[in-house]
Order: sequence, then C-alpha cells, then structure tokens
Amino acid sequence: MNASRPGMVEPQILPKDRLPELIRILQEQGYQVVAPVEEGSVLAMRPVSDAGEIACGIEDTQAPGHYRILDGPAPTYFDNVVGPDGPKRYFFPPHLPLFSFSVDDDGFVLEQVAPEPPRLAFLGVRPCDLSAIRVQDRVFGHEDNGQVFRCESETYYMRAREAALIIVVNCTRPGGSCFCGSWGTGPEATEGFDLSLTELRGSFLVRAGSSSGVSVLDALSTEPATEAERELAYLKVLRAREHMGRVLKTDGLGELLRNNPEHQIWQEIGDRCLGCGNCTMVCPTCFCSTVTDSNDLVTGNVTRTREWESCFTHQFSYVTSGPVRASISSRYRHWLRHKLSGWWEQFDMSGCVGCGRCLTWCPVAIDWTQDIAQLQREVESREAQRVSSTLEATS
Amino acid sequence: MMSTPSTTSAQETNAATAVRPKLAVYKFSSCDGCQLSLLNLEDELLALANAVEIAFFLEARRAVVPPPYDVGLVEGSISTPEEAERIQQVRRDCRTLITIGACATSGGIQALKNWGDTEEFVRYVYAHPEYIDTLDTATPIAAHVFVDFELRGCPVNERQLLELITAHLAGRRPNIPSHSVCIECKRKGYPCVLVSQAEPCLGPVTHAGCGALCPSCSRACYGCFGPMEHPNVESLGSWLNERQARGHRELSHMFRSFNGYLEPFKQASESHERRANQV
Ligand code: SF4
Ligand code: SF4
Ligand code: SF4
Ligand code: SF4
Repeated sequence: MNASRPGMVEPQILPKDRLPELIRILQEQGYQVVAPVEEGSVLAMRPVSDAGEIACGIEDTQAPGHYRILDGPAPTYFDNVVGPDGPKRYFFPPHLPLFSFSVDDDGFVLEQVAPEPPRLAFLGVRPCDLSAIRVQDRVFGHEDNGQVFRCESETYYMRAREAALIIVVNCTRPGGSCFCGSWGTGPEATEGFDLSLTELRGSFLVRAGSSSGVSVLDALSTEPATEAERELAYLKVLRAREHMGRVLKTDGLGELLRNNPEHQIWQEIGDRCLGCGNCTMVCPTCFCSTVTDSNDLVTGNVTRTREWESCFTHQFSYVTSGPVRASISSRYRHWLRHKLSGWWEQFDMSGCVGCGRCLTWCPVAIDWTQDIAQLQREVESREAQRVSSTLEATS
Repeated sequence: MMSTPSTTSAQETNAATAVRPKLAVYKFSSCDGCQLSLLNLEDELLALANAVEIAFFLEARRAVVPPPYDVGLVEGSISTPEEAERIQQVRRDCRTLITIGACATSGGIQALKNWGDTEEFVRYVYAHPEYIDTLDTATPIAAHVFVDFELRGCPVNERQLLELITAHLAGRRPNIPSHSVCIECKRKGYPCVLVSQAEPCLGPVTHAGCGALCPSCSRACYGCFGPMEHPNVESLGSWLNERQARGHRELSHMFRSFNGYLEPFKQASESHERRANQV
C-alpha cells in the first residue's frame, strides 16, 4: 500500500544474490548493518559486516517455554520469526552509563557523557517489532514529520532512533507463539519502515516506505516487480495470516482485567510464575529501567548508570515500608494489566504487539493468552446465564 | 589506571590526614577462594590499601593491628567447636560484619555432612579419627552471630566484593541486586539454555551476581550464588521433573550443592529427596 503513496516507487525485485550489494550500499551510506545471525542456540539481531553472516536456511519452532532452531529444507532467510533479542537492545540498551563526574576543589567536573548512538540499519525487523518500536517511540519520544510523541524525553533513544534505518521483513512463516494477527501488528508491515521485504523464492519483493528507503532503492537500481511477483508476495502474507500460532480476542480486554482483579487465575499463575523476569526482559515494549550511582575507588569518579529492570523483582516496587507488590501473583497481575489495560490510559495504545516472546521465553511456559481466553469464556457464560435468567423472570 | 591529577592529590591528602577505617579478613572452614578474590583485584588493590588499613588479613600480610576493626569480612562456615567460639569474639571485634561466599552464608559444600553421620565420615576418611575435633554440622555465620551483609557466590564475584567495600566506605547502599540470574542473562543477551536447549538451569531461582557466567558458556546455572529473593523452587522443580523428565533424586542433588543448607534450597532438596524415596 505504500507504493501507492505519492513519491513512493513501485514494488521492486531484489534477487537474493544481490543481498551483498544491499549491505554494501547501506555501509556506504554510513550505516552499521544489524541482521539476524545464528548465535549459539538462537537467532539474534547482531551487527554484521557482510551478507554471509546473515542466518540462512534456518527454521525455528516456538511454543510457550520452548525454542529450537534447525536447518530448514530451503536456503531461505526468513522462514523463522523473532528470537529473544530484537531492536530494543540497540535503542534502549540494557546497560547505559548516563554520566560520570569527579569532584575537585571548585566543584563537579564532568568526565564522560552517555555514548554517541551508532548509525544502524536494521535488516530483518519483524512487523511486530516495528510496532513495538512505535510503542517505545510513544514512551521515549520520537519525532515523525515534525510531530513529537513522547511521554519522557529519552535522549539516547531519540538519537539512536533518528539515526536508524529500518528494513522490515513481512512474515511468511509465523511461529507457534505469534499472535500479531490478533492485534493487527503483523504479519505484514504497512507503515513506519524505510524499506520492506517479502521473501519470494529466489528474490525479495521490496517496497520503499520513506525517502531514505527510496535512496537505497535508487542506488540498487532494481527492476519493478511483475504482477505475478506481487501476487505471490500477497499470497505468502495471506497464508501467514491464516497460520498464526495463536489467537487473542482483543475486544474488551481492559474492562475484563479491570473487573477481575481477584479472580483465581492470578493465584494459579502466581503459583507457577518464578518471578524471574524473563518475560519483561524479552518483551519489545517493556521499558522499565533502574538507575544506580556508584563511585570508583581508583579514579574517584562517580557514575550514574541505567539498566533494564523488571516489575517482577522485589526491588521494583520497594518503598520505605516494603515492596508494594509483595507476592509474585500480584506482580504478574500488575504486568499483564499494564500491558493490556493500563497502557491504553497511559499511551493510548496496547502494550502488547503479539510477538509471543513472553510465552516462548518463560522457563515454565506460562501462556497468558490461554488464561485470558479462559477468563473471557467464564465471563461470557456468566453473562449468558444472567440474560437467560432475566428473560425467564420477565416472561 | 586513569585518574586526573586533581583526584589523585585529593585522595592522597585524604589518606594522609584522615584515619583510615580498619579492615579485617577472617577465615573459618573454607577453601580460601573468596579471600583470594580480594587479592585478585589487582588494578584496585593499591587504591584499596590506600583507602583502608588492612589490619588483619593473614593470607595477605603477616603484621596484625589489634582490634577493634571497622569492617570484618568473614569467609567460611562454622564447623568446629573452636570456630563456634572464635566467631563470637570476631563479632565483638568488628563494627560491621560481612560474610563473603557460600560457606559463610549458607554453610557451603561442607554442610552436606549435615544430612549424614559425622562420626561415620570421620571413621572412614581419617587414618586417626581421634585427632578430629568437629561439630556435627557446618553452619552459616548468621546462625551464630548477627551479620550486617551477606555477599553471595562460590566464590564471590570480585567486582561485587569491590562494590561492597567501596559503597561501605562512601556510606552508600551497595548496588547488589537480589533478583534472578535470568535478568543478568537477558541483559547480556545470552541464549537461554533452559528454553532453547532443555538444560536444567537453576538461574530462575538463583541470586544474581556472577553475570550469568554459566549460561554465557552454554551451561545451566547450578545455583552457586544460592537462592534469590522469593525463589519459587517448587514450581521450577516440578517443571524440570515433568517437562525435562529430571528425577527427584537428581533434583534433590541439584538443590543440595554449595548452598544446599540455605532455605529454601534446603527445603526443596529435602522435598525432592522424600519424593525420590517414595518411588
Ligand atoms: S507482552 Fe509478550 S507477546 Fe506482547 S509484546 Fe510483550 S513479549 Fe510480545
Ligand atoms: S511469567 Fe514466566 S518469564 Fe515471566 S517472571 Fe513468571 S516465570 Fe519468569
Ligand atoms: S539460561 Fe538460565 S539463567 Fe539464563 S535466562 Fe535461561 S533460565 Fe535464566
Ligand atoms: S551461573 Fe549459576 S552456577 Fe554459574 S557462576 Fe553463576 S550462580 Fe554460579
């Protein structure tokens, strides 16, 4: 659909053997390319210097508490979905020194400020992660066509985001934990990218979504896609849409959660949840951090550092009288209610984009999509009973 | 070592004029690895010796400055009658008492004897059992005296040890989180061995501090930092039993290692042991 926007070029075809050229052009334009690579037992978004490093021919299987990669039958690049790590690590680093100073006779001397964000080109961002970036844009601040969205002004984030180029890949083989289809955040990206790719047999169908994307396409001098190629790309995404790993009924979630704070599901989940925080660490929209000050015995410098933090830790809600959420079940409930309910009030959007990471990377396979479905069924049957008994009473 | 001239001179004047806090390092039943972590701080050792007076540290220095001491670091567990007495005096000698490592904090690997018969061990292991004077149990320091802070690990992480001392000297709270190893693992971007390789990782119930050392080498965490805050050992144990087909005997052994005598690892190992004996 971007192709029909004014100034945007028609979908193009990039043969797979020209992927090295795309990488080279991005590098010439001053970008460090970040793409999915095989890292031990997972696929991870990591800096690459040539196309050969990009994971190829690898499929994944995912389910709650389960992740495996295996050699697939075809030399395809994207017959897999998100690994534990996405672009979040690069825009919102897990460990970031904010500033550092020393003290001399006249006062504070600033020694070091936060690092300069690199200029990154992400190749292979999934549509759910692109939506998650747009969620974090709202949280940390980002300027889009002169419009600034922000809750907080997060300098590093804004600069890293400003400098980045995003090449999204539409999903043609969704994973077992995916439910972007339920949120409308995937499997196809329709806006917010610089380039989008759909993997066909020997080539990619490429669309430009911004002027930076157009300039990359121009440098590549590609051929326009034929009608048949466009049709194939359309069908592949359609097939993905029909094969989502799971489904979430998203209507009325806020109300459902607001109305059931004492339901037994919270205790049941709380009994199983380890409070380990994996779900929040891998979630591409989770934005919590903790700030610590430390001093160095050798240099005398004082440094303030920011690190990823999780609402599942004891420390997170700790105040003078103790933790506000002392039990693990209350932490779980807080987390899910924030994602599905509180986020709308705070940012006017969902805090979940359906990437499925929190399900896959939960060591004990807690699958809240099922718990929510159970809650929905119960509420529906209660409602049906109420209606039928009212009808009986009035007839 | 990077330091600006101004800070160095400030430190020097400090050291010259101010009375330096006295540091004591004690050893009880242990392997010396935790004390060694202090000596392994090669880049910082001089600054440390400048900031504190190393008053009692037999592994590093022959000279002994008499008590009282401002800070005492205690390594090792209480395993002999002599140790049970000595720790009382150590407590009286130190304003702040900090235990370092699994032995001092949980009883250590030697606490495995707490589940056995000491007399029998002594009889089989030693040629001259009559020379052995030992208690029936190896117990953590906190079972005997009040402890101000417990630093975890087998051995302790030297960066955490430095942070603890530095924070204490500056009068600030040490940055030593009590959450899971998983949080460190994910911050560092290591692949999860439990989810992606079906390894029996104890990271989700283990206290952070090592920087997720084992997962960084594709190995399951075996809990050498002991239980984290609110560890749900029951849930993880059942999961490993049901989904990874780990037997209760194996699970009992997993929880009963360096920190096996520390609750709730102790409880978990005993509960799996009971279940193993039932089948
Ligand atoms: S809540 Fe779970 S599924 Fe939703 S965006 Fe976060 S990690 Fe993905
Ligand atoms: S839901 Fe799963 S991943 Fe999240 S804290 Fe609980 S056990 Fe850990
Ligand atoms: S490898 Fe172990 S420590 Fe790391 S996230 Fe997985 S369960 Fe946690
Ligand atoms: S990962 Fe676990 S066993 Fe390994 S060093 Fe850390 S706490 Fe110890």
